Amino acid sequence: MTSRMDARFAQLKKEGRSAFVTFVMSGDPDPETSLAIVKALPQAGADIIEIGMPFTDPMADGPSIQAAGLRALKAGMTLKKTLQLVRGFRESDAVTPIVLMGYYNPIYIYGVDRFLEDAKAAGVDGLIIVDLPPEEDIELCIPALKAGLNFIRLATPTTDDKRLPAVLANTSGFVYYVSITGITGAAAADSSAVGAAVARIKRHTALPVCVGFGIRTPETARAIAANADGAVVGTALVDALRASLDTEGRATPKTVSAVADLAAALAQGVRGAQQAAE
Amino acid sequence: MTTARPNSFRSGPDDRGHFGIFGGRFVAETLMPLILDLEKAYAEAKADPAFHAEMNGYLKHYVGRPSPLYFAERLTEHLGGAKIYFKREELNHTGSHKVNNVLGQIMVARRMGKKRIIAETGAGQHGVATATLCARFGLDCVVYMGAVDVERQQPNVIRMEMLGAKVVPVQSGAKTLKDAMNEALRDWVTNVHDTFYCIGTVAGPHPYPMMVRDFQSVIGSETRTQMQEAEGRLPDSLIACIGGGSNAMGLFHPFLDDPAIEIYGVEAAGHGLTQLHAASIAGGRPGVLHGNRTYLLMDEDGQIEEAHSISAGLDYPGIGPEHSWLHDVGRVNYLSATDEEALAAFQLLSRLEGIIPALEPAHAIAKVMELAPKKPRDHLMVVNLSGRGDKDVPQVGDILRGRAKAQ
Repeated sequence: MTSRMDARFAQLKKEGRSAFVTFVMSGDPDPETSLAIVKALPQAGADIIEIGMPFTDPMADGPSIQAAGLRALKAGMTLKKTLQLVRGFRESDAVTPIVLMGYYNPIYIYGVDRFLEDAKAAGVDGLIIVDLPPEEDIELCIPALKAGLNFIRLATPTTDDKRLPAVLANTSGFVYYVSITGITGAAAADSSAVGAAVARIKRHTALPVCVGFGIRTPETARAIAANADGAVVGTALVDALRASLDTEGRATPKTVSAVADLAAALAQGVRGAQQAAE
Repeated sequence: MTTARPNSFRSGPDDRGHFGIFGGRFVAETLMPLILDLEKAYAEAKADPAFHAEMNGYLKHYVGRPSPLYFAERLTEHLGGAKIYFKREELNHTGSHKVNNVLGQIMVARRMGKKRIIAETGAGQHGVATATLCARFGLDCVVYMGAVDVERQQPNVIRMEMLGAKVVPVQSGAKTLKDAMNEALRDWVTNVHDTFYCIGTVAGPHPYPMMVRDFQSVIGSETRTQMQEAEGRLPDSLIACIGGGSNAMGLFHPFLDDPAIEIYGVEAAGHGLTQLHAASIAGGRPGVLHGNRTYLLMDEDGQIEEAHSISAGLDYPGIGPEHSWLHDVGRVNYLSATDEEALAAFQLLSRLEGIIPALEPAHAIAKVMELAPKKPRDHLMVVNLSGRGDKDVPQVGDILRGRAKAQ
């Protein structure tokens, strides 16, 4: 059986374009609005959806995503409810790959085996766990691969050629290249440096390489997507969501469309990339 | 959770940085190459006699080591049991044990060619030690400190600034030590090319828990020699307070393989173990945060809970991974003392011995007050007096004056 992820990248290859990957925080600003946003994303042009699992101490994330996680936690979000959200999404979408992104502790406390079973059953396709480097693969990566879930590894500018094989060894689905050394939401990456880095990674793997961190505008998305198999946008979407909230931090009638409209504009940027490149 | 007791309690961690199930390297990929570089640089330094010779020179002439082992005669008489000795780490330059570790790490950082040092601090003792050694060696220094701690530890903030460090108040979370550590990790991820993260306790990703323990073990090694000189034998019990647990690890480690010696670590019980506290072992369970697996305070969903202690230095929801392991294998007894007990011990020690302790070791003194009277008069007890109370004088003064007015 071909996985949703592999099928999606095969389809994109046929269409001759890069993937637009969106990140939103599960349960931000509340579980219902969050589900509505996730449901709106494929329509807006998202090819792959990353869903953040809120955590109190997201040490590789910037202030925007940290605040989103805390809003979600305040609204009562839990890992179990994040899996419910994925189940809710799957009721109307059987093809868009869903990747859960977050930190290890909530999964460790949930119980690794139970989590993998429940995530698979809910319709999750892959995991990105920021604080699990290859040195800790036996914790979750290997069990996830056995359970049939992609384990998507981050590669960074500090990951040199000597280390890349270790990083790529158990990676599947795609490789997530972090375009800067820094936290999410920091300065935009230089697209030519990113292009060189993507080419370097591709010498070591046949997997698609998607690039994230620092992409905020359709123009940057287009420039990055021209040199990569996908562009990931998170902070800009989270900021659009925040800007739509009322003074108490609650969703307004504009919240879902604020995220979806920006996603649509970014998707156009990514789609424009290949036409421009051809 | 009890595992078989090993032949040696001193051989950890294993090659992957684990003490039993604890420890490890749970960090973002950006940091991994640097952590592996650090592991290599530290292994080389450890094997280099020139490194130790230089370090010993600074320990003697700059830090002021060995610190005295002092017989607390009046406290001993007052409690009427064990013979109580203080390991006087508060007499070190900068006023606490923190300087031992910072000196070691700064020397490793210099070997690695790093010019910029970052640190996190709770009470400010680690920040002051880091700012001091950065001044001494001409390195840039940035210290992250929770905004709440910046308020309650003003004397140390002023000290760090005088020493040329930049103190960054952290506004996220509870604005205490945990949040300062998150912020320091963010800085490190961003500036990994030229920055060395000087961690203040026996926690964080491997090799930090091991490296900090090694640098702090000078406390226990000196205690062995000094107690032999004073009493002709080793002590019968050791007590130290625990936040992350570096002063405790430093005192305990050289004695772990002496089975007859009782060892006690004292966590901060804050308002009490059923209320707000910072006792990770007594009130937490194993989880993963800040680069290692260890006992943590958290809710049923694995979200980290805020710790509380009257002492900013103990106000952390975790503990060093080696302590977690020593607890699980049953080698060290972990107790806890409340804010009130620490305050009472703070006052008792000041009045009886003319030593104003920091609020951190006041937690250890509080348990000495309980344990010592139950021991025979020939029982030799060593308490690690990890820091002096100068930084806490304004805070404790406010509390005591407030109470006097209320009466």
